Amino acid sequence: MKSRTGKRRYTVIGLLLTAVMLFPVYWMINVSLTPQQDMRKDPPDLLPLHPTFEGYRAVLDDQMPYLGTSLLIGLGTVALTLLLAAPAGYALAKLRPFGGGALGLALLVAQMIPGIVMAMGFYGIFLDLGLLNSWWGLIVADSTIAVPFGVMIFTAFMSGIPGELIAASRIDGAGTFRTFWSVVLPVSRNALVTVSLFSFLWAWSDFVFANTLDSGGDLRPITLGIYKYIGNNNQEWNAIMATAVVASVPAAVLLVLAQRYVAAGVTAGAVKD
Amino acid sequence: MTTARVGHRPPRSPAARSGAAGTAEEAEARALRRRRRLRSRLTALAFLAPLAVYLGAFYVYPLYRNLDLSLRDYTVRSFVAGDAPFSGWDNFRTVLDDPTFGPALRHTMLFTFVSIAFQYVLGLALAVFFNRHFRLAGTLRALFLIPWLLPLIVSASTWSWMFNSESGVINYALHLVGASPVDWLTSPDWALTSVVIANIWIGIPFNLVILYSGLQNIPAELYEAASLDGASAWQQFRRITFPLLRPVSAITLLLGLVYTLKVFDLIWIMTKGGPDDSSSTLATWSYQLGFGSLLPKFGPGAAVGNILILIALVFGLLYIRVQRRQEA
Repeated sequence: MKSRTGKRRYTVIGLLLTAVMLFPVYWMINVSLTPQQDMRKDPPDLLPLHPTFEGYRAVLDDQMPYLGTSLLIGLGTVALTLLLAAPAGYALAKLRPFGGGALGLALLVAQMIPGIVMAMGFYGIFLDLGLLNSWWGLIVADSTIAVPFGVMIFTAFMSGIPGELIAASRIDGAGTFRTFWSVVLPVSRNALVTVSLFSFLWAWSDFVFANTLDSGGDLRPITLGIYKYIGNNNQEWNAIMATAVVASVPAAVLLVLAQRYVAAGVTAGAVKD
Repeated sequence: MTTARVGHRPPRSPAARSGAAGTAEEAEARALRRRRRLRSRLTALAFLAPLAVYLGAFYVYPLYRNLDLSLRDYTVRSFVAGDAPFSGWDNFRTVLDDPTFGPALRHTMLFTFVSIAFQYVLGLALAVFFNRHFRLAGTLRALFLIPWLLPLIVSASTWSWMFNSESGVINYALHLVGASPVDWLTSPDWALTSVVIANIWIGIPFNLVILYSGLQNIPAELYEAASLDGASAWQQFRRITFPLLRPVSAITLLLGLVYTLKVFDLIWIMTKGGPDDSSSTLATWSYQLGFGSLLPKFGPGAAVGNILILIALVFGLLYIRVQRRQEA
């Protein structure tokens, strides 16, 4: 009996801690629903007692093109990342290539390079090639965040595929590519989902590359939409926070639909099971 | 890795090797095997080639461009024309002599180490707490991931408004407990503290998840034995949890270090490194030099970026060393 009430106490403490941790998220939602005239009220309304949707109307009016661009860039980054990382992961895991170890090390180091340094290098290159302010240039730049991570996830996952499975496919007469496409990829579903989720989320959230390489383009991502809002009218905080809420939707969807993949992605590479 | 080899090489029986009649067949088989191995090597290359080309074009080349930028005397015109004169270490000398360098380096270190210390301690405490397996523990632990998953511009703008001097909810909370309001983002004394607080909030989930997964590998029998011996919860933590978690802790801290050193978005969005460089780190200063004004100083900006890479690599290689040793 004692231990059960003890456990219940833990649940109560856990709820309190979560509430404290998520207060900024709650506050973002609360402010997004606050009418403009109440924004600077003292004391502030802790609950959205008179909710308004004027902030969300502003999102509909101003931010739809930005959201569309972010979706496009996110999906493009996922495609490019999978295209590069899945075959490379298979080669590193199963085909024992020349220089595989060195490549693995290079990928680890690549993840440590600060984004601003990459952005500055890309700026010079894109300027030469006339790629500044183009959405697909941004896809290329955004993919550099996810590709090394993707290769590492695929390598780790595909190393665990039983050799017998691949040998059996060989005996059936399938070549390496065929084996990869119709045997290895289908059983690597978990890795595919993890890499896709993270590359989408990182491309969707990217601010450094967008601000450096696409600040004057016709198609700009939502991170720049918010940034422009903050810069222009730093009074209409319900519109800013409403945009922030909408920009958080992919993260929320991800957490609900794919929580175990998220946890797997965070721990991958850091801890060896 | 070992299972993969089984399929490729059929084990040779000793009888076949010693049999004199089999030598011709054996030589042929060996040639066939060699050819097959060569072909599999070539296929491996084909699978890796796109990645190799990609890394060359979009990692090595930008880094080379950045190094080149830092070693030349660029102006806006010569940046476009591409004919800036080579200037050796001049940009690095300029940057090291700049009065902003000392503070930026100090802020970078403060930002990184204070953030990490709090993220780790709070993350560890939460991991131990969630390891008690109470009702809703799994769901609440998942909710704790949210700050880490949100786009940085979302977190940064939310914290900006919460830190607002006149209408921010944090000053309101201070008012409730009787403290006087603080100019969080607009006072040089508080700007760095503000961005550190926001960064701690963002980093806690990462520490929590990794440390929690580390806790799962500690055998439960150890705790059972300890509690039979009458060890208190604190003693169990000090004698079992903390020592056995040391390898995971090392990885978490080093990885956190590498990631925190390069934080840029958060600070740039909240304070732009200001007021008066009071919250500028090497990352924001580098960006400020290169892109923050109408008269960009690409050379010095790139130089600061390269110094940052150097610092990140020191900790990065340390991380790789620790990780490799743990795997061995």
